[in-house]
Amino acid sequence: MTAQKQKLPHGITPYLFILPQLVIIAVFFFWPAAQAVHMSFMLEDPWGLASQFVGFENYALLFSDSSYGRSFIFTLVFSFLVSLISLALALLLAVKANSVLRAQKSYRVLLTWVYAVAPAVAGLGAYFIFNRQIGVLSQAFNDMGWAFNPETDPFDASFMLILVAVWKQVPVNFIFFLAGLQSIPKSLQEAAQIDCQSDSKRFFTITFPLLAPTSFFLLVINLTYAFFETFGLIDTLTQGRPAGATTTLVYKVYQDGFLGADLGSSSAQSVILMILVLVLTAIQFRFIERRVHY
Amino acid sequence: MKKLLDHGILIAGVLFLLTPLYLLFVSSTHEVDTLIRDGLQWLPGSQGLAAYEKALNQSLGFSGEATGWRMLFNSLVMGLGFAIGKIIVSMAAAYAIVYFRLPLASFFFWAIFTTLLLPLEVRIIPSYAVVSDLGLLNSYTGLILPLIASATATFYFRQFYKTVPDELLEAALLDNTGPVRFFIDILVPLSRTMMAAIFIIMFVVGWNQYLWPLIMTTEESYTTIVMGLKNILSTVRDSHIPPYDVAFAMIILAMLPPVLVVIIFQKWFVKGLVESEK
Repeated sequence: MTAQKQKLPHGITPYLFILPQLVIIAVFFFWPAAQAVHMSFMLEDPWGLASQFVGFENYALLFSDSSYGRSFIFTLVFSFLVSLISLALALLLAVKANSVLRAQKSYRVLLTWVYAVAPAVAGLGAYFIFNRQIGVLSQAFNDMGWAFNPETDPFDASFMLILVAVWKQVPVNFIFFLAGLQSIPKSLQEAAQIDCQSDSKRFFTITFPLLAPTSFFLLVINLTYAFFETFGLIDTLTQGRPAGATTTLVYKVYQDGFLGADLGSSSAQSVILMILVLVLTAIQFRFIERRVHY
Repeated sequence: MKKLLDHGILIAGVLFLLTPLYLLFVSSTHEVDTLIRDGLQWLPGSQGLAAYEKALNQSLGFSGEATGWRMLFNSLVMGLGFAIGKIIVSMAAAYAIVYFRLPLASFFFWAIFTTLLLPLEVRIIPSYAVVSDLGLLNSYTGLILPLIASATATFYFRQFYKTVPDELLEAALLDNTGPVRFFIDILVPLSRTMMAAIFIIMFVVGWNQYLWPLIMTTEESYTTIVMGLKNILSTVRDSHIPPYDVAFAMIILAMLPPVLVVIIFQKWFVKGLVESEK
């Protein structure tokens, strides 16, 4: 524990300081979150005039709905693939960027700027690059004998989505890995250099274990990204097509709630997502405690 | 030899990231006819930046209000408003938590902390209802305030305040400096680097918002450039002669400001990112 900070004597002042934040989170966070929980137990009539309490019916319907199950599985597979691929690529690039002496700074800038591109912007750009009329990539795939068609083929659509999501996520991971590598003490690196000639062996026996905390922490960040922040990407690139094959859980909340106007089901989906995030965070916490030890 | 391989890998990484946007930029300098006939182009065309002029000045929506300039302006308001609002609100809240012995301190702490758990995306529909009930649809306030309801920056400043030496506070107490003065005269100037780092990150996050502005603005005069891309997408899909050049120009325009900010303030950006995610 850090030492207790000396405290200022106070009257009403600190309350005034904390008030804006409390009001904002009460109005725009706790109230809506509570509403979501409440609505998940209600059924609205088709005209939205009356609603009645239906208990866990919305949840039961979800679990028996095959499209929800598919979306669940797609989200998990998508999230793990995006996380693992972008972490692996970023780690490779960070290790190389850390070891070269020339142009290190240029590489760093060139490999980080994509962080600033919004997912929706990346999605629209990719839409044109993969476009079957004008896109160069679908052209290239066709020339290779792959009848690439993300509009009708679930595999092609998922492949495209994963590739773009990885593209967008590599820079963040690169920044964290590079920061992690640079925080390894010079003396340790030199000792490793002397003891162990083989590059790859040195990486796997010394560097990688030292980066393990960073990697684990990044895995959680990446899963969260793939769950939530890919919304803009999906909405501009596939809209869940073909036939809902690329619909993530978050996208489904939006589709069912906003486009389908099925508030009960959409709210129940929100609540399930909240629980998922809680689990992810709990894992992250356990890990942060470990990291302090380490 | 090994060095060559290292550089080869790094250059491949750079190209992987850079090529798609190079392709879109270069294609935006071609005539639409060329693009429709021959697809995306690898070399600059004859039109120069004409498509950008169209994208900036022409109306891209239905009402004539949503020009590229207007959308850029809205995005700027959103990015700045979000970054500044978040910094002010969270610095003040963190100050109250760290420097005072409040009876409800741990309750406040956990209340604020909980917001980290649930992104806006999972409570989007009730959030929309709240903003609508408050009459904040189609307003900058409605665009910005609900996004400030997550506490990332509060935790960041809390961590930072804890590292500020206690001696400063003791000196201030001896001088009879009041809590407001201490905050403004001592703590805020000390936090300058932190504020800059957080500002960069939050500006980018605010500028890049998509879902929230999409559902809560129905008036075209509030369209931000990132959500405006959705209109471009449907225009391209529905028209006989899709205005590809303008669409590409819009993509470049939408990403240019945050990318420039990140490149120019590289050092602060990396610091802000690494510190705030911890």
